[in-house]
Amino acid sequence: MDQFLNLTLNGVASGAVYSALGLSLVIIYRATRVVNFAQPAFALISAYLAYSINQATGGYWLGFAAALVAGAVLGMLTERLLVRPVRHNELGAIIVTLGLLIVLQAVAGMVWSNEPHSFPYAFDFRGDFSPNSVFVVAAVAVTAIGVLVLFKATPLGLRMRAAAFNADSARMSGVRVGLMLTVGWGLASAVGSLAGMLAVPPFIFPNVLDGVFVYALTAAVIGGLDNPLGTIIGGFLLGVGLSYVSGYLGPELVTLASLAILVIVLAVRPNGLFGRGLARSV
Amino acid sequence: MSAETSETTAPAPPAGRPPTRSAIRRRGLPPVLRHLGWALVAFLAVVGLTLLTDPFTNLRIATIGYYLIAIAGLALLTGFNGQVSLGHGAFMFIGAYTVALLVLHVPGLPFWVDLLLATVAGAVAGLLAGAAAARLHGPYLAGATLALAVGLPAVTQRFPDLLGGSNGLSFTVHSEPAALIGVVPTTRWQAWVIWATVLLAMVILVNLSRGRLGRSLRAVRDDEVAASLAGIHVGRTKILAFIVSSACAGLAGGLQAFLLGTAAPGSFTVALSLSLLAALVLGGLGSLWGAFWAAIAFVYFQAWAEDAADAVNLPVNVANNLPLALYGTVLIVVILVFPGGIHGVFSRLRAAVRSSRSSSSDRSEGVS
Repeated sequence: MDQFLNLTLNGVASGAVYSALGLSLVIIYRATRVVNFAQPAFALISAYLAYSINQATGGYWLGFAAALVAGAVLGMLTERLLVRPVRHNELGAIIVTLGLLIVLQAVAGMVWSNEPHSFPYAFDFRGDFSPNSVFVVAAVAVTAIGVLVLFKATPLGLRMRAAAFNADSARMSGVRVGLMLTVGWGLASAVGSLAGMLAVPPFIFPNVLDGVFVYALTAAVIGGLDNPLGTIIGGFLLGVGLSYVSGYLGPELVTLASLAILVIVLAVRPNGLFGRGLARSV
Repeated sequence: MSAETSETTAPAPPAGRPPTRSAIRRRGLPPVLRHLGWALVAFLAVVGLTLLTDPFTNLRIATIGYYLIAIAGLALLTGFNGQVSLGHGAFMFIGAYTVALLVLHVPGLPFWVDLLLATVAGAVAGLLAGAAAARLHGPYLAGATLALAVGLPAVTQRFPDLLGGSNGLSFTVHSEPAALIGVVPTTRWQAWVIWATVLLAMVILVNLSRGRLGRSLRAVRDDEVAASLAGIHVGRTKILAFIVSSACAGLAGGLQAFLLGTAAPGSFTVALSLSLLAALVLGGLGSLWGAFWAAIAFVYFQAWAEDAADAVNLPVNVANNLPLALYGTVLIVVILVFPGGIHGVFSRLRAAVRSSRSSSSDRSEGVS
């Protein structure tokens, strides 16, 4: 029973990270119908910047703030320069963001080397459901609520939803669609960088976020790629489920288990657990 | 990426010069025989090339061979059918381990049966993946296949006794006939076997892609609704594409195991899967010729990047990551600037040469 409780608590903490990174994918998917495969690389570069700032100043929070800003800037630049030309080409967008993922991981390796460096936790990480785990869950919960409120209850959120839903009508109502898409990418990538800061410790190396990204993508897909709340719930469910798989069956099966969950969920509900059916144009 | 690129290409044996466009000869032979003929020419060219080069280059030629079939399979899936697979390394993994396990546990089988079974294993895996894939599209499919690429190699840690853990399996394949031992160096013999197998598989692939299946694949890619109205079973076509494609990848993995005598999880990372896609995009998505350029680029890109890094004395960190950085950059630049890849550039050049040489009526006949 003790093990069950431990696994559940660990699962909630890692699920929070999957939720946050999944949320960043969903914000972008809603805005531009592009799955941003470069998201983990933005988070990686941001975390490395935080690492360098930590090394230089000795503190944690300045680096943390810098990481979020760096993530937002990377996201906005990418949307403007690389994604906009291939937005309506699904395969092209996937390949461009994958290319960016490869480039940024290589750049991280060039600048900071492929060797792992130790990366600090925000708070004490020892014990069951440590202060750091509380911080992880709280940070993700606050961010998620913030994003949901932004979308549902602010003029900016309304404009972003309008730009995503129907760009032409939004433009005629005076919404600056291009700007909204850029803001969406910036917001999403800042959330992604937050997820990165929470997911990276104890060690940072160029491939550190690959696994987390696969789980985040799974969370986003089972939650419905279109649905922020569904993704957050999906992330927590996936985190707990994978924690059981890891504890009872073996950690090397976790990725395949997440693939199995993905396939089973999509076989039963092709638009995700909480996704709305999407009318395809004929 | 347009359907026309592949239609205007001359029949595509994977090596040698493209045939001259002689309408009389095209009508003279049934396509299978014509493609087999070109495959024979290509095989003789490869044999000639291996006789002229040193063992190290022979090894590279053999490597190009199995990457050619892996990338050609991916071209069928991604280029012709529009399904993105980020997990083809996982199918190569399955093929390689099939050969490894057969060599170790059923040593009596001739090597070509091992390779055949590796292809079958790849096809079965493709059937499973395809059944899931028929329900997924675009980013969903990419995510699922990415999970496969990340997750499958970890299975070796789960069954260390059977699959050798993270060190993988090593074995020796005795394929060379007794009469040739000592006459033909092993690497050269292996390069011949690999290219003979690959060219045979390419003939099948070219015929499939030009026949009914190829037309269905492109129809489904261009518009699923229109395709199903035209009587094409969309789900079945997508699954079939996956089966053919992953059978090719299984064969490629089997050939890799046959050549190197090892199967280890470290050779089948996510980076491999992504690099296969990168190479295909660079070569050109719309045609099997693209896969040929892609396979050469795949093998030589890495080598050149390493040589270049050595030549200008870059720091170790930069040099280690240079090939990957170049790969990524190439992906982005090709999609943004040359969507047709190397093959697109070549066919545009060829079209330009042809139109300056021949009358306009001849040109319009070639474009379907």
